Amino acid sequence: MAKQFLKGNEAVVKGAIIAGVNSYYGYPITPASEIAHAAAKYLPLVGGTFLQAESEIAAINMVYGAAASGERVMTASSSPGISLKQEGVSYCAGAELPCVIVDISRAGPGLGNIAPEQSDYNQVVKGGGHGNYKCIVLAPNSVQEMCDFGILAFDLADKYRTPVYILADGFIGQMMEPVEFPETVPDIPKKPWAILGTKETCVNVITSIELDPDDLEKHVNKLQKKYQIIEEQEVRVDEYRTDDAEIVLVGYGIASRIAQSVVDQLREKNIKAGMLRPKTLFPFPKKQIDKLANSVKSFLTVEMSNGQLVDDVRLIVNGRKPVHLYSRVGGNVPSIKEVHDEVMKIMRVS
Amino acid sequence: MNDKILKKSKAFFDVYERKSGSDKLTTTYCPGCGHGNLHKLIAEALIDFNAADKSIFISPVGCSVFAYYYFKTGNIQAAHGRAPAVAVGAKRAHPESIVISYQGDGDLAAIGGLEILHAANRGEGITVFFVNNAIYGMTGGQMAPTTLIGQKSMTTPRGRTLKNEGYPIKMSEIIATLEAPVYVERVMIGDAKSIRQARKAVRKALKLQIEKNAFCFIEVLSACPSNLKMDPKQGIKWVQDVLQKYYPLGVKKDISEEFERKDVSRDNFDPSQLQNILNITESKIDKGKIEQFKNNEFTHEFRIAGFGGQGVLSLGTVLSEMGMRHDYQVSWIPSYGPEMRGGTANCSVKISDKKIGSPLVANPTVLIAMNGPSLDKFENDVISGGTIVYDSSLIDRKPIRDDVNIIPIPATKMADELGTTKAANMIIIGALIKKLGILSIDVVLDSLGEVMKNKKLVELNKKALLKGIEYIKSL
Ligand SMILES: Cc1ncc(C[n+]2csc(CCOP(=O)(O)OP(=O)(O)O)c2C)c(N)n1
Ligand code: SF4
Ligand SMILES: [Mg+2]
Repeated sequence: MAKQFLKGNEAVVKGAIIAGVNSYYGYPITPASEIAHAAAKYLPLVGGTFLQAESEIAAINMVYGAAASGERVMTASSSPGISLKQEGVSYCAGAELPCVIVDISRAGPGLGNIAPEQSDYNQVVKGGGHGNYKCIVLAPNSVQEMCDFGILAFDLADKYRTPVYILADGFIGQMMEPVEFPETVPDIPKKPWAILGTKETCVNVITSIELDPDDLEKHVNKLQKKYQIIEEQEVRVDEYRTDDAEIVLVGYGIASRIAQSVVDQLREKNIKAGMLRPKTLFPFPKKQIDKLANSVKSFLTVEMSNGQLVDDVRLIVNGRKPVHLYSRVGGNVPSIKEVHDEVMKIMRVS
Repeated sequence: MNDKILKKSKAFFDVYERKSGSDKLTTTYCPGCGHGNLHKLIAEALIDFNAADKSIFISPVGCSVFAYYYFKTGNIQAAHGRAPAVAVGAKRAHPESIVISYQGDGDLAAIGGLEILHAANRGEGITVFFVNNAIYGMTGGQMAPTTLIGQKSMTTPRGRTLKNEGYPIKMSEIIATLEAPVYVERVMIGDAKSIRQARKAVRKALKLQIEKNAFCFIEVLSACPSNLKMDPKQGIKWVQDVLQKYYPLGVKKDISEEFERKDVSRDNFDPSQLQNILNITESKIDKGKIEQFKNNEFTHEFRIAGFGGQGVLSLGTVLSEMGMRHDYQVSWIPSYGPEMRGGTANCSVKISDKKIGSPLVANPTVLIAMNGPSLDKFENDVISGGTIVYDSSLIDRKPIRDDVNIIPIPATKMADELGTTKAANMIIIGALIKKLGILSIDVVLDSLGEVMKNKKLVELNKKALLKGIEYIKSL
């Protein structure tokens, strides 16, 4: 199929449209606004709804209403806006409503700045809102993946009746790369549970309330069971030159693009470096990291957050090997040279 | 009419199976509570208008959270304050359905103040029922935004004061000031007469949605005897004698006669047109020409910088698009964030025959400086043996570096000669193509039509490109 040179933020919308998205509700915020711009441009043309909501809170609750009504629906925002959406995402998870949330994350805390950061990891990957829930989290590192995950996210959301995040940083949203569009037709499952405004669906109710602790425990356990299946079946990971690697860099999003360049440079110097890139942050590639922990000498996570990712890697490596952290925050992106030097430092010491 | 209200409406379940506990026949509402009465009025109207089957009832967080125990309609339970937003999601999804957004005073007038205001202001085709009982019923009697001055509650134990809590809020009056709402009325669940009036209002509001997708807002003064610590009769009397004084009943706005049916339908869409709509088109460039030309084993990293408005970012995208049409790997990344200050712009482009790792450029092989500050800022970053192209009509100093190729181009001046300063970036692209030799001039000229968004500018840009090429030849 034809190639197009696109911004990540536009590609994710085109992917969503190919997936048959019906509606988009969102509130502007840099560096995610082009998603709203593209949705505003295209959704009415494909018989859908675009609405600029009065706030991120309103937007996620419109998403909740549309998802309850059986639609493929999405919203997008950046970090402060995601903070505001969290209650609504928790409701979606509790009521088992499929929807897609794109987070083009920026630097915090507070107003921070609009430059890329990966400090939403915890609030997106660990549930984020109240209650015992998790969302599937896809972490694209290219514009092509913004498009591909824009499609995949809806399929997973419907398959598991769960909110799905696409977590990207400001650079993945802002950069342009060629995209090849797949020739797929949306494969939307029937949703017999949805509210369609018909006689047949009058027996349906969408709610997350369970007054009785035993009932709620049953419901929460059912959710955990679902997350377990997701962990078994939906891990996606990219391993780059890890076969004989002595040090493995772990990173996602833009950090993984840098890590990959570092690996190439190191390999030219015959240093056995590799990279593991989680494409899904939940489910996290536990098995793959666990396996590498037996063969490598050390790990280095490269992240634009204060060790949020390294915690998860360490949990799996469990002390078997050193897991180092290279972190830049505040909107700074680690340079190839910095990361390269960090690896050299680690290799010299060990 | 009383008969009708007493007989259970078919819009209610016969047995409330969703309700926990053994009593599945009575509601969760306290005796004398306004919610129960209002539920009956709504249910009756839905049956009379043959609309129950296509209704979607949005229940709030508050004592009416369990409306779905009772209403045999589609039911969506919303987060505290967000019922109108949820209603919007449902109504937009099913324009033919009847969507009811039902809220208490804490829900609508406090935490959900913004959602109701904007749903009303957009004139969403939904019906809002607002139960004003001047208290937070569900959470045990805290102050509501509608609690009266002097009224005691758990959080105003000495009574609400102007000094601390300010005036009780009159939502109907506020909503009535907006352009879009069609019908706004405040009614009361008090004596039989007031209930008759409430019934009329409920029916009118629902009918207006059914017939015209009109946004209607019905505020219902209502008793919460439990939290007023009164018996049901006293509670209702308090609503009549006290609450009503501050919140005058009546129609606050009614433009239903002249209001024309609102079209809430979505536009038609022919899926076979998807590619056209998304502008996904196959490139028509002759693949043979590309194959003949293709370079191997190179990676160019560009930093392109200048004033905003000089076409710096589009210089980068055009270059990238040309690279893409040669089947190279390309990436483009704008400066944004902390780098973006004071009207300057820059972007980084990579073009390579190999997969591109990091799209970021720290040390460009080529710097294109369109103004003085850009040259100052980035000159030292260029790799040794690299190239600096600069607009010599705007930059009066020469680069200091002696280990790089220096190409001055009076691009702005040349563009002015073509009749538009805006063509300067294209002149530079022409020069680069000639200089670097990674792109086929033929293919680039063929691609311009596909790459330029504004088709009227294709010819002009072609001229500019050729001018840039000629300039390099003449050096
Ligand atoms: C985000 C959030 N904040 C607070 C609450 C607690 N809460 C539940 S109902 C309610 C007030 C309900 O009062 P009102 O809307 O007047 O409804 P009523 O019970 O009086 O009908 C509050 C504060 C909540 N559920 N969610
Ligand atoms: S507490 Fe008040 S609002 Fe709630 S059911 Fe009882 S009377 Fe009604
Ligand atoms: Mg109340």
